[in-house]
Amino acid sequence: MSAPASDPHGHGHGHDDHGHGHHEPTFIEKFVFPTDHKYIGMQYMFTGMAMALFGGFFVYAFRMQLAFPGINVPLYGHVSPLEYNALVTNHGTIMIFWVAMPVLIAAFGNFLIPLMIGADDMVFPRLNRLSYQIFLVSCLVLITSWFVPGGGFGGAWTAYPPLSSNSEYSLTPLGSTLWVVAVALEFAAFLLGGINFITTAMNSRAPGMRAMDVPMIVWMICIASILFMVSVGPLIAGAIMLIFDQQLNTGFFDPRQGGDPVLWQHLFWFFGHPEVYVVLLPATGFVAEVITVFSRKKLFGYQTILYTTIGTGVLSFFVWAHHQFISGIDPRMANVFTVTTVLISIPIAEMMFLYIATLYGGSIRYTTPMLWALGFIATFLIGGVTGIFLGASGADIYFHDTYFVLAHFHYTFFPIAFIGTFTGLTFWFPKMFGRMLNETLGKIHFWGTFISFNCIFMPLFVLGAAGQHRRIYNYNHFPELATPDMQSLRVMATVSLLVLISFQVVFLFNFFYSMFRGPIAPRNPWKSGTLEWTTPTVCPGHGNWPPDQMPTVYRGPYEYSVPGRELDYWPQNEPN
Amino acid sequence: MITIDWLIPQGSTYAADIDQVIGVIGLIVGFWWLVTQGMFTYLLWEYREKAGVKAAYYTGHEHDLHKWVAYPHYLIILCDVVVIYFAVSVWYNVKQVIPENEDQEIVRVVAQQWAWSFQHPGADGELGTDDDIFTVDELHVQSNRTMIFNLESRDVMHSFSVPVWRIKQDVIPGRIITGWVTPTLEGEFDLQCAEMCGVGHGIMGAKVFVESPEQHANWIAANSGPVASR
Repeated sequence: MSAPASDPHGHGHGHDDHGHGHHEPTFIEKFVFPTDHKYIGMQYMFTGMAMALFGGFFVYAFRMQLAFPGINVPLYGHVSPLEYNALVTNHGTIMIFWVAMPVLIAAFGNFLIPLMIGADDMVFPRLNRLSYQIFLVSCLVLITSWFVPGGGFGGAWTAYPPLSSNSEYSLTPLGSTLWVVAVALEFAAFLLGGINFITTAMNSRAPGMRAMDVPMIVWMICIASILFMVSVGPLIAGAIMLIFDQQLNTGFFDPRQGGDPVLWQHLFWFFGHPEVYVVLLPATGFVAEVITVFSRKKLFGYQTILYTTIGTGVLSFFVWAHHQFISGIDPRMANVFTVTTVLISIPIAEMMFLYIATLYGGSIRYTTPMLWALGFIATFLIGGVTGIFLGASGADIYFHDTYFVLAHFHYTFFPIAFIGTFTGLTFWFPKMFGRMLNETLGKIHFWGTFISFNCIFMPLFVLGAAGQHRRIYNYNHFPELATPDMQSLRVMATVSLLVLISFQVVFLFNFFYSMFRGPIAPRNPWKSGTLEWTTPTVCPGHGNWPPDQMPTVYRGPYEYSVPGRELDYWPQNEPN
Repeated sequence: MITIDWLIPQGSTYAADIDQVIGVIGLIVGFWWLVTQGMFTYLLWEYREKAGVKAAYYTGHEHDLHKWVAYPHYLIILCDVVVIYFAVSVWYNVKQVIPENEDQEIVRVVAQQWAWSFQHPGADGELGTDDDIFTVDELHVQSNRTMIFNLESRDVMHSFSVPVWRIKQDVIPGRIITGWVTPTLEGEFDLQCAEMCGVGHGIMGAKVFVESPEQHANWIAANSGPVASR
């Protein structure tokens, strides 16, 4: 099992045998308070994985309650309505803010950006360390919030006031405040990280690396960091107002004191929608790297993909109220937001088309990372097209807050947070740990996860279309929803979830076994052209390259199968 | 036309319109999903690794290749216009205007943790007079007559949702939000709270009774009066 959140150094023993730079750091310096971007990335990744165990356990508990209402859930016990609400709220919060964000952006951003642009480290290594430390505190605050009197916050991850702002209504006087504090701390951590990513990518690129020679994943993480920095300010302000409302009885969101509860929704979703793209972009970046390597093809339309990404990012700031069509905003506003929301299909569809077109004329190798990347495209397509139903105001009147919404965003977030992460993790595992993962176990894990994921959420689309609302702990209270047919769909989803969780054991075994016992990785196991595979040792020490061997870049990252060359890849640092 | 009425009946005048938007979008995105997924699967099969065959080298900016991406993309823009047209026209009718006809009934709906209270007009047909009928978790309406509802909340956000009518509207403390529905299907249906409202959110349902004119008149006659009914 991975390191618990309170033990950030518990993972590190696998690195002892790897090469170091000129200076030999102590164990504490290296694993507890590192400034090396690779170890900070690892800290983020293992902490994110530990938080995913909480998020996964919570979904197990409440899905069991939904399939078999009132049972004693094994390892959990009886799920009361108050606990049910806290479980769904914290499942959502954890999976987005403490799993997707730290793993996709912080872990891979830290690990990959300096290596892929040919830099020795981030430009602000200590800021980087501080970012992780604040993040770790935010994890501890969140975990504390589950054990205080009254229990954890249960007002849904969107935390709409007055329910979230007034403990008379939520019945969680401390849990809700600690929840907001944790979220605010986490934002502060990622702001520091984001500043670092953008500055590093702008200033530390290897000589010769022009903007259009930067690997797509680096662009994606930088654009995501910019989106995050621009959108998060209003929500941090909102979070402070919410804390004031909770603890000092101010009335920012309380209509009895002249406040407006809908104001929070605007602040939250002004951040909340760009946030979707903040986590989406790194995942699509992994897919870009992986499909080019394993189809031995240049990325189809590099610049077009980049411009569609920027277009999506800009447009994502003008769509937030599609979450609020029926929430009491002026109904005329819904028309504007329907137009902007449906228009976002233009850049996103273009991006998906270009990814698929990259396969044209390729020589496709079905390795584990490639399966994950292709699985991402297949599932994200479904997530994307079902979004149109919800962005179209007329249809959203019915679908809003049903399981259709839930199934839709899980078809986007699961590919992002899990399929995307597995794409990156299986691809860069040799770089991280110097050893190879087992391919057979990797494929078993892929197919088990991919099939069971679809079997969880397809039934939920049907339930949502049949009118099942979200966040209800027992559907027996609603005769239209308590039919045996609908119950059997719920059981199907829960059983599929159990299958999905059990396949993660295969992954964890493969991951930890291969970390110590897997075959030693060659320097460039996938025959990739990007710079991270050009370090002298597979797992370089602090500094990545010896100072006299820093790479110089001569070409773009995806020069595969260039006509007239014998080798079908052409590393970026190889002189002409 | 694909609709979802095989899952849940259409119980109001605009239910079929909303289902039609869903059906139109379903056709459009179903078509695109099939085309994209089909192309994707074809490429995965056709361009699998073969011994001795090297991959091609394209930048993606060659015009004769890029048009295969660009032309479908223009078609998507056209489809977007269709989706927006259907969505906005239905939205306008359901949410932006309230039909003005003589035969209307106004009902005051008060949501609180975790119950729905309704104030129906009594025998005089006027709301706010002595013979109003007050009920808890029971809404009585007459079929094929427009009901105007005024939503209020005593505490937190709730959401007034009757799936068979396809209507949903959040209820916000401090405001009165007005909407309308003309039920067509007689019977007993679920009203569900659709916005997380605290511990009892999972039990915050009510019954909607859609009655024929005679039944509704009888119900009003039996319950009308200065005293609350239940």
